[in-house]
Amino acid sequence: MTMDTARQAGTERTGTEHTGTSFWSATRLVAERETNAHVRTKGFWLNFGLFVVAIFAAGLLPNVFGGGTPSVAAVGPEAEQIVAVTDFDVQQVSDPEEAEELVRSGEVDAAVVPDSSGTSPLGVRVVGLDDNPDDVVSALSVAPPVDVLEPSEVDEGVRFLSAFGLAMVFFMFSVGFGMAIAQSVVTEKQTRIVEILVATVPVRALLAGKIIGYSLLVFAQVAVLAMLTPIALRAGGQDEVLSWVSDALGWFVPFFVLGFVLLASMWAVAGALVSRQEDLGSSTSLVMALVMVPYFGVIMFYDNELVMKILSYVPFSAPVAMPVRTLDGEAQMWEPFVAMAILVLTLLASVAIATRLYSGSLLQTGSRVKLGRAWTRAD
Amino acid sequence: MLQVSSVSRSFGDLRAVDDVSFDVAPGRMTGFVGANGSGKTTTMRIILGVLGADDGAVTWRGDEVTQKVRQRFGYMPEERGLYPKMKVAEQVVYMGRLHGLDRTVAQRNATELLEQLEVVERAEDPVEQLSLGNQQRVQIAAALVHDPDLLILDEPFSGLDPLAIEIVLGVLRDRAARGVPVLFSSHQLEVVERLCDDLVIIAAGAVAASGSRDALRAQFGPSRFQLVVDEDAGWIRDLPGVRLVELDGPRAVFDLDDEADDGAALAGTVVRSGQGERDQAVLQAALQRGPVRGFGPVVPSLSEIFKEVV
Repeated sequence: MTMDTARQAGTERTGTEHTGTSFWSATRLVAERETNAHVRTKGFWLNFGLFVVAIFAAGLLPNVFGGGTPSVAAVGPEAEQIVAVTDFDVQQVSDPEEAEELVRSGEVDAAVVPDSSGTSPLGVRVVGLDDNPDDVVSALSVAPPVDVLEPSEVDEGVRFLSAFGLAMVFFMFSVGFGMAIAQSVVTEKQTRIVEILVATVPVRALLAGKIIGYSLLVFAQVAVLAMLTPIALRAGGQDEVLSWVSDALGWFVPFFVLGFVLLASMWAVAGALVSRQEDLGSSTSLVMALVMVPYFGVIMFYDNELVMKILSYVPFSAPVAMPVRTLDGEAQMWEPFVAMAILVLTLLASVAIATRLYSGSLLQTGSRVKLGRAWTRAD
Repeated sequence: MLQVSSVSRSFGDLRAVDDVSFDVAPGRMTGFVGANGSGKTTTMRIILGVLGADDGAVTWRGDEVTQKVRQRFGYMPEERGLYPKMKVAEQVVYMGRLHGLDRTVAQRNATELLEQLEVVERAEDPVEQLSLGNQQRVQIAAALVHDPDLLILDEPFSGLDPLAIEIVLGVLRDRAARGVPVLFSSHQLEVVERLCDDLVIIAAGAVAASGSRDALRAQFGPSRFQLVVDEDAGWIRDLPGVRLVELDGPRAVFDLDDEADDGAALAGTVVRSGQGERDQAVLQAALQRGPVRGFGPVVPSLSEIFKEVV
């Protein structure tokens, strides 16, 4: 007996070094491990680097292609006189063959040469390389003046590209990091480390840690990208697009944050339902579909006011559709707030359901766990 | 002291664990032995709260096992689990911190354990680059890093070479010596035999026998002896109450029946009662025939006990 008390005292002494892990400190530890593990992968930096490159490409490339003043080669006095009224870079050459050569070599966008057939009222012909040099032609043409009754704040192309860009960012992050969450869950199941984890910390802490860890990782990236976007656009001199995009980001970022967490909880469940990486495809297909909705929905219907209105309230597509609508001036002031409230409620419900499904399926190995079984298995 | 009291658990129609009760005492290494599918792993998972019991209770120092208490247990599941891409030391430290250690203590304990287990030179390598045997050592370090109050180890020796078994054994004995109750399962009976103080034998989900190793030996081992003489020992089979098990010229292994014929004359000596005297009677008989080179009881091995109770 005395031996036993001494031994127990001994073990209790070692126990003084322990403070115990509370739910939140366990959650924090899990989140920390997940982010550390992920940040160390090459794929993470590659992916992030591609986004940075894409943003600068979007800011700068319009100046490189298409934009800027066209250059033309002019042959003969008539041509020179005609192009003189434009702001084109004009290169004077002596004969049409030489002008054609310049067009072929890409040194000039088009050539204006004397019209030998006599069919041109202007007395000149325009020579392009592989398609109609429209900007040159329109500069040389006469067009009636146009009045637009309801001018759009930004032009159609920029609107589409911005909507497409937001959808793309949401899609890429949701799929890329959602898949990472699911994989991380499956890895723990597959290696059976989950058994130790479950015996050590609450299951809810495991789930919360994963969602929080990956979410923070994604938000940090989105924040950096959101800061780089104005820099890239300013560098490209696209001030008009810049003001539009900064407004878009104002709504996009909070919607994105909530939308991502909503999907993250679902990705985690999708991972918990299977026991091997190879089976992830089947269990993630539903979540994948939910990510596809905003992506293709917005891209295909960005011009359809009714569909966009519906999409802007559906929690899965709201993060993209609502910011786009707000910017088009289609949404009333209160609309984004209502959409966000719906999103928050869905998010809360989803996390609660996900916690139960995750607990119910985490320790089930073998074939894919049916949702109903996961639901009833949760203790 | 860990007490498992009348724990039962069914999976569908299969009663995997049926009214299982046993204790794991402080400072004792308790071997948990049973055939595949006999319920060892299920019982261990119930102790760790990974599985719920349909019936019965597990108590630690007289109280219910809560999450907080369980966090002070060390567990090594049968199916090993480590993060393949995480570095060895980092992994062990992480486990320590999950169990509530602060970073410095976790680091100190991890280094100590990896040294003791002789894998410290691999501390900075990802786990997936280690051999299976070394991964197993890391697994043990992960189970021990937080100086657990109780150790539950499912097949801690499977997959280890003899040298590694000795190393791991040393570490576990060290823990037991500090007063930690250790419950470990194994189907390597000779290892369990050498290692355990107490034994729980489980068959088809129920405890077939339990108690200290020596008590079990006395209880279940047949009273078996070995006699070595100069000449052929075949005559021994004619003695009453003796059942010859093995005869190899001058060497004979025999059992003494519990119910020997009372009053049977044995070469002039009367065997009355008790094995203790009857074995002496056999010795006397042998001595009368010539020199005896060896005589003594044959201690039953665990596998023999196991065969008997299962």
